[in-house]
Amino acid sequence: MSNIVVTSEQPPVDAGQRPPAGLAAYARNYGARVRGGDMGALPALLGLVVLCVGFGIARPVFFSATNFANLFTQGAAVVAIAMGLVFVLLLGEIDLSAGFASGVCGAVLAVLLTEHHLPWYVAVLAALVTGVVIGTIIGLLVAKVGIPSFVVTLAGFLAFQGVLLLLVNNGTNISVTDPTIKAIDSDGQLPPAVSWVLLILTVVAFAAVRLTRRAGRIKRGLVAEPLSVIILRVGALAVIGGVAVYVLNLERSRNPAVVSLRGVPLVVLILAVIAVLWTFVLSRTAYGRHIYAVGGNREAARRAGINVDRIRISVFVIGSTMAAVGGIIAVSRANSVDPNTGGSNVLLYAVGAAVIGGTSLFGGKGRVIDAVLGGALMAVIENGMGLMGVSAGIKYAFTGAVLLLAAGVDALSRRRAAAAGLR
Amino acid sequence: MAATPLLEVRGINKSFGPVQVLRDVDFAIYPGEVTALVGDNGAGKSTLVKCIGGIHPIDSGEYYVEGQPVTVHSPRDAAQLGVEIVYQDLALCDNLDIVQNMFLGRERRNGLVLDEITMEQLATNTLASLSVRTVKSVRQLVASLSGGQRQTVAIAKAVLWNSRVVILDEPTAALGVAQTAQVLELVRRLADTGHAVVLISHNMNDVFAVSDRIAALYLGRMAAQVKATDVTHAQVVELITAGRSGDLGLAPTGAETVNGVQS
Ligand SMILES: Nc1ncnc2c1ncn2[C@@H]1O[C@H](COP(=O)(O)OP(=O)(O)OP(=O)(O)O)[C@@H](O)[C@H]1O
Ligand SMILES: [Mg+2]
Repeated sequence: MSNIVVTSEQPPVDAGQRPPAGLAAYARNYGARVRGGDMGALPALLGLVVLCVGFGIARPVFFSATNFANLFTQGAAVVAIAMGLVFVLLLGEIDLSAGFASGVCGAVLAVLLTEHHLPWYVAVLAALVTGVVIGTIIGLLVAKVGIPSFVVTLAGFLAFQGVLLLLVNNGTNISVTDPTIKAIDSDGQLPPAVSWVLLILTVVAFAAVRLTRRAGRIKRGLVAEPLSVIILRVGALAVIGGVAVYVLNLERSRNPAVVSLRGVPLVVLILAVIAVLWTFVLSRTAYGRHIYAVGGNREAARRAGINVDRIRISVFVIGSTMAAVGGIIAVSRANSVDPNTGGSNVLLYAVGAAVIGGTSLFGGKGRVIDAVLGGALMAVIENGMGLMGVSAGIKYAFTGAVLLLAAGVDALSRRRAAAAGLR
Repeated sequence: MAATPLLEVRGINKSFGPVQVLRDVDFAIYPGEVTALVGDNGAGKSTLVKCIGGIHPIDSGEYYVEGQPVTVHSPRDAAQLGVEIVYQDLALCDNLDIVQNMFLGRERRNGLVLDEITMEQLATNTLASLSVRTVKSVRQLVASLSGGQRQTVAIAKAVLWNSRVVILDEPTAALGVAQTAQVLELVRRLADTGHAVVLISHNMNDVFAVSDRIAALYLGRMAAQVKATDVTHAQVVELITAGRSGDLGLAPTGAETVNGVQS
């Protein structure tokens, strides 16, 4: 740290107690954070392991390649909605209308495709624009009029349910046969070779980003991530991605001679790209930084010159647009739209996914990856209980309990953090 | 002494609903000087400072920087004029780290991407130049800092921007003896490097230790703005508690009735 200008004999900041670099120190730091209540994605990861092992023992078919692919295609819509909810939750707001907003956007897609015979890209664009419009209206009502988001979106929950009913002509079911839409989350697969190439490119890009950042920091004399930690991260990505691609590339068709069914579902690629994009926005741009700031201390953000209203409106726009993405995925998966698209437990699953992944309901804390991890957990629950053949009643009760558990973990970790002086 | 104040407000009025908090307040700040702003609890010190910082819109009054009239509608406007304020409640984001807080709203970027390395270096250098040694890492969350450390971060944030005017709202209120001395030393150093510094404090020893001028607010009116060498400890206390001291301060009769009505 030769570049520091010291104007007194006292040692400069962090020269005396510079955080020790190295794997062991990193592990210690992480341990301290977890004990201090900042558990991040740990509960979701533990839950995933426990549930997977449990369901796998109870129903060995759980670990089959077909079921593994099902997990992705089943959970995709919820993950998309949950990614949008992370933005809303980061401000300590809530969007209860996200489920039925996704239904409305899905219905817009289906109506334009099936009843107006428009090309798929026009219909998709219209569905996304519907999401943007919905989010803008919610955002304006919350930020400019000053109605609590809970109330605005509860009203939206009811109203969008009605709009959905109107769009599908009071209960008929609009089927979607467009091949491009169906490919998204129904029958679209990446060719096995392409999956491998994409995975390798991803791992290389990830390693390159981490290593350049590390080199840049070292060059400027700053504390950098230890090489061993980077190797571990890159290795973990390579192994997890490799296993997933390998299993998804196994033959899933009962009758491969007639029709072959193998490869990574297209929706996985779509969600991965979206997740990387939003992660970049949240962690690398000033806009993302401002979202955290408004969520952490709105008044401080305002005094720092941040346009708080604009940030508040924008997160609802992102939330509803991601709900539209979820709606498109749901329509693709079901090949149709009905009055219950985006209804029943979709919203609860999405909120639960974000929260159990480590996003706080109190604002200021959360990441996009939380939605992915929590969404994976929700998909495992849904899928596993489906395999066990439990009744709908038990399923609802269990889902409610899981959501409560996630919120409880969030509240308790907040209290621990307060006790540890971290909040 | 500098002839033109670096920053001056004249005839500031500010009400919150029916409550008039500031009444025809004149206030001038000079470069290279520490101006102490004193007054009882609720006198309107923080409100005056927030009006200067663009947090509260003023009802009426004029605002001059180097003699030129300017308008300030937002914190950004004030920052652009080189006015930085360390608020009484500090206004830091607990969920962000020290670097992120110091650059909040004015992040360095490389195109679209945040330039974390440059920000971290500048923050480290600024803290070092203020001889902060209690902070373990500039990547620590502000939530994990002590009151004194938070105060230092808030001051460092204000200093980071080559500001011309630095206003500190009760910076030493929550600090121990050693940290108070450090902050006061820092306040003096800021003035000596040409900043116009405003120090709000209830502690007369602190006020007399570092300030060149003293401005006393009494129930929302400026009772007096005098050189620190021209008044005694007791006179300042009188200005704070009664609004006048001898021939200094508000006129005896008028002020009392006006203030009686307003409160
Ligand atoms: N946002 C607000 N809305 C309504 N009234 C306010 C607001 N801010 C301040 N006030 C009122 O204005 C008056 C002056 O408050 P201010 O905070 O400026 O006092 P102060 O001189 O800084 O006091 P202290 O020494 O306790 O910090 C008080 O009566 C307070 O109740
Ligand atoms: Mg005050």
